[in-house]
Amino acid sequence: MNPLLEIQGLRTVFRSANGDIPAVDGVDLTVPRGKTLGIVGESGCGKSMLSLSVMRLVPRPGRIAAGRVLLDGQNLLDLSESGMRAVRGGQVAMIFQEPMTSLNPVHPIGLQIMEAMRAHDTRASKTELRDRAIAALDRVRIPAPARRFDEFPHQLSGGMRQRVMIAMALACKPKLLIADEPTTALDVTVQAQILDLLKDLQAETGMSIVLITHDLGVIAEMADEVAVMYAGRIAERGTATELFASPQHPYTLGLLGSVPRLDESRDELLAIEGSVPPPFALPKGCRFEPRCPFAIAACRNAPPPLEEVAPGHYAACIRAPVENSLDIAA
Amino acid sequence: MSALLEVENLTKHYPVKKGIVLARQVGTVRAVDGVSFRIERGETLAIVGESGCGKSTTARLVLRLIEPTGGTVRFDGLEVSGAALRTLRRRVQVVFQDPYASLNPRLRVADTIAEPMEVHGIGTAESRAARVKELLGLVGLAPFHAQRYPHEFSGGQRQRIGIARALAVQPELIICDEPVSALDVSIQAQVVNLLKDLQRRFGLSYLFIAHDLAVVHHMADRVAVMYLGQIVETAPKRAIFDAPMHPYTRALLSAIPHPDPRRRGMVKPIGGDVPSPMNPPSGCRFHTRCPFAQDRCKAEMPELRDLAPGHRVACHFAETLPAHISVAENGMSPVASQRLALYAAAKARKALQAG
Repeated sequence: MNPLLEIQGLRTVFRSANGDIPAVDGVDLTVPRGKTLGIVGESGCGKSMLSLSVMRLVPRPGRIAAGRVLLDGQNLLDLSESGMRAVRGGQVAMIFQEPMTSLNPVHPIGLQIMEAMRAHDTRASKTELRDRAIAALDRVRIPAPARRFDEFPHQLSGGMRQRVMIAMALACKPKLLIADEPTTALDVTVQAQILDLLKDLQAETGMSIVLITHDLGVIAEMADEVAVMYAGRIAERGTATELFASPQHPYTLGLLGSVPRLDESRDELLAIEGSVPPPFALPKGCRFEPRCPFAIAACRNAPPPLEEVAPGHYAACIRAPVENSLDIAA
Repeated sequence: MSALLEVENLTKHYPVKKGIVLARQVGTVRAVDGVSFRIERGETLAIVGESGCGKSTTARLVLRLIEPTGGTVRFDGLEVSGAALRTLRRRVQVVFQDPYASLNPRLRVADTIAEPMEVHGIGTAESRAARVKELLGLVGLAPFHAQRYPHEFSGGQRQRIGIARALAVQPELIICDEPVSALDVSIQAQVVNLLKDLQRRFGLSYLFIAHDLAVVHHMADRVAVMYLGQIVETAPKRAIFDAPMHPYTRALLSAIPHPDPRRRGMVKPIGGDVPSPMNPPSGCRFHTRCPFAQDRCKAEMPELRDLAPGHRVACHFAETLPAHISVAENGMSPVASQRLALYAAAKARKALQAG
């Protein structure tokens, strides 16, 4: 079966006085049906811009300069604006990090869910939509949904607000849910509830999920496939099992080493030196080279291509796997 | 010798008023409700809990940035009040969560770092300038950074500036209020390493406020778990993580997703949200979410009891709970560990070459 979403050579740039600055720079990804693709990276790596590009919601002065975004074989970048409006919230829905800023504070949450439903269904009666909105609240396990229907966002806790956002996103039975840091603003106990809910809803509906996060724990818990992004490019991708069992790219290693673990006691965390280069001052070669302990002169020549290192496992590093690169580093 | 910091029965209640002209009190938010703990010299005590549990309020009460409703804070044996406050403010410093909000954007880094020394009348202008250079070096910044403004720095660098400012007056205790939660993981690791390194070099004590148990696992010697304004469990780090006795501590631990797909599905969410501190549940405050709650829990508030050396738990049924399954020492896959070791070695070599 062909994948639900295929991103090919996607490039999103921002115009500036000094020419185009790439935020997403030649990204290829696929999202299998009914599965979860996790995209992990630090702030500024382009993961949010990637998801906005899929939705064609890149803010000005940004624009999609190249590539294809195939949803069920159809290139979303070819659609008219009205065609794209039907896709957004219809076949593809999105939830964001801070549910408070995504909800309208002056309308009851039930009406906001009805509004989302109305945008894709002009024929249903008001009472029918109301019943469906209450059912949607019930589905995301909000207790007493009929009473909550009339409440305002400020009356709900952060976890409840995120549930409302999920209810709204799923209102039109999307095939793909893009979740951009959906649990980052939540407490860990509430995060566990929301992740659990997303898993159950996926099992129920068979939707695919693109989960964007900086938290490797969330990735390991949720994702079937993982893509590690750095400075607008994919550094490494593969199945979650493979990527955690045999990480290849030095950046992936650095990330894994930076995370304090409950199941290990180390004196010192393996921090990555320095910080992410800003998109207007990217190195010519490998973008991780200035921070990479395995870097050699050849790394500075050209960006390394994403190459298959094991079946279905790709890494963009000429030094991978690192155990074969000790001679020169020594 | 007495502990460096002793906090006893610390309480902060905020009145909730209704009406504007003839305001009358309609309730009380029990933000911190009878919290006691001590910190020894050179030790790190972490206070963990969900948002709204009162951990940051506790930090502010210790610093006397807000007046407590009741209870005492003793620093080095002296009760903190009035005249003693000025010394306390030198010997206790603070590092805040948000490195963007906690630095004055109009002050050069040198002035920001020198300000606490000026306030406490330490040194001359020249000696302070020399000390600023030294402090910048200590936190991994360069001397030329002294003349720059905060907006020229990244979040991690700003947090280093905040740490340099805290160190300026040679404090004995630093209160770290979520010092790394606003930072990216790679930067978070740099700052955590720096804090541990400084502690070793200067024998500092930390009161470490955090919601991330994995960071706490890395930083703390002892841990206090707070829920709705009260400490529900306090123990040495090992005991908290390997043999937690309070159902809430267990719930927190089992909610953490591990960076390891082999352990997928081990996350066990507990139901419900944190109740409002204005109207906390009767009896044990956790009983509304506790999977082991019984009738007694609704009626009777449990006291903190000593159940093992240094291990205190506020639960009626702590002894009879089912055994906890610890995750300790599962570790990474062998291939990943081996590559990480290579990474560490290569990094050390690179640092050596850079000199």
